[in-house]
Amino acid sequence: MSILVYTESENGKLKKAALEVVSYAKAIADQMGTSVTAVAVNADNAETLGNYGASKVLLVKDDSLKAFNAKKYAAIVANAANSEAAKVVVVSSSADSKYLAPLLAVSLDAGYVSNVFEAPSSVSPFTVKRTTFTNKAFANTEITTDVKIVGLSNNSFGLVESGGSASVEDFSPSLPESGVNVESIDKATDKVSIADAEIVVSGGRGLKGPENWGMIEELADVLGAATACSKPVSDLGWRPHSEHVGQTGKPVASNLYIAVGISGAIQHLAGINSSKVKVVINTDPEAPFFKAADYGVVGDAFEVVPKLIEKLKAFKAANA
Amino acid sequence: MKILVCISHVPDTTSKINFTEGDTKFDTTGVQFVINPNDEFGLTRAMWFKEKQGASVDVVNVGGAETEPTLRKALAIGADSAIRVNTEATDGFAVAKQLAKVVNDGGYDLVIAGRESIDYNGGMVPGMLAGMIDANFVANCIGLEIDGTNAKAVREIDGGKETVSTSLPLVIGGQKGLVEESDLRIPNMRGIMMARKKPLTVVEPTDASAETKVVSFEKPAPKGAVKLVDADNIDELVSLLHNEAKVI
Repeated sequence: MSILVYTESENGKLKKAALEVVSYAKAIADQMGTSVTAVAVNADNAETLGNYGASKVLLVKDDSLKAFNAKKYAAIVANAANSEAAKVVVVSSSADSKYLAPLLAVSLDAGYVSNVFEAPSSVSPFTVKRTTFTNKAFANTEITTDVKIVGLSNNSFGLVESGGSASVEDFSPSLPESGVNVESIDKATDKVSIADAEIVVSGGRGLKGPENWGMIEELADVLGAATACSKPVSDLGWRPHSEHVGQTGKPVASNLYIAVGISGAIQHLAGINSSKVKVVINTDPEAPFFKAADYGVVGDAFEVVPKLIEKLKAFKAANA
Repeated sequence: MKILVCISHVPDTTSKINFTEGDTKFDTTGVQFVINPNDEFGLTRAMWFKEKQGASVDVVNVGGAETEPTLRKALAIGADSAIRVNTEATDGFAVAKQLAKVVNDGGYDLVIAGRESIDYNGGMVPGMLAGMIDANFVANCIGLEIDGTNAKAVREIDGGKETVSTSLPLVIGGQKGLVEESDLRIPNMRGIMMARKKPLTVVEPTDASAETKVVSFEKPAPKGAVKLVDADNIDELVSLLHNEAKVI
């Protein structure tokens, strides 16, 4: 028996979320007195997962699996879970992992809890804490099945280096046919995605028009951040839907969330509440966002943001 | 083409969230319930298939009698008939199992569910349903075209999107993008009158036990007051983010 963790990579490079889920799985393994096995597909340097607590990596190398396929990947993880007799399987909260996990749950007859953000409060009964009601509440949830699947929120547990090493074994389970085939992928490779970002810079209607987004992008650039926007901005077509964060958009769980010209409607705040540190820049001191933020600047975004960019550049230069 | 749209009955996005019965149940006092926004985008796309491609559209909810006004609203928007599986929605697995029976009994070609419900946010029902009935499945679906039994779907991925080809029977977890916000329909009087006459069938549940259970709910600890920084002293903000918050 071990804890199995699915570790994602992109173009061979292990994602930060992969290191985080291994760190998390190691914490559960310690609670249960067992070890961690990772399963990865086409990942380079898979042995580095040892540093985060994996003792073994099952590595699938298959060029036909270059594009993610939920059904096939779920079968790989299910096979690995069976061969390791895993009682707990940990996945991340990436779009791909959330796609795969429900299929995996059905094939393993496993109870699945998503959006978990800390180590289990108890492993018997197996109880985890998850966000619910779009971050307006938490639910202590018990998984009652023999095999359990935990979906960990990104950026919630952090990376824990344990200095261990992992053996890497080739793994080639038989794969099912899939009726879903990728035709094309449209992805900005030079931009940080909201899901992966540690810092998110977000703009609202206070920016007055799409032509003013240059400074939001520049601020994001300086910080290595992803850009996002409020619902009205996406509805007005100033920014693509994929940038809309909030209750009906994407959830954000970054370390730092900077809101520029966003008043802070309840639906917006719900979606970004899992971010650790929130900064608001708004002309209106009565804006509800000030009640949700850790730091606030009452001022005109068109004056404050350029100043912030300048100061951050100086800070980066001084700390480089 | 027979389409089934899964409708979650959820608190309006502006609802205050409170719990009752020793923090084990959501307190519905004074809460306005609506069609789950992700489901509403899917329902509206289903209406397009009905009008342009001659599909039939049924809606389904797993829940008690209190969810019927939400199903009636879906009928007023244009669905042909509604099904309510008469049982409490205990967890994602149990709901998916009830839906699997409805899909199998009804012989649906396309099942449109929302990416997640905005209350429990499990995001697992569409995928579990697809797994149970062995249908093709596309999560986070932001675009869908059907041609005969072939389908082309667009899936939102982290940092972009992906176009896939697939075929019926198909389950999607839909969201905004399937249609635009401006395409959503507010039921008119005629729709509301017609909805009263449309069939709403109550079916008894199949055997399905939950795999997870909520032991207790809790609310986040109240936040401390915001620390205000003067607009002329942005150096201080940078210093706070570096030294105090340690995020840069």
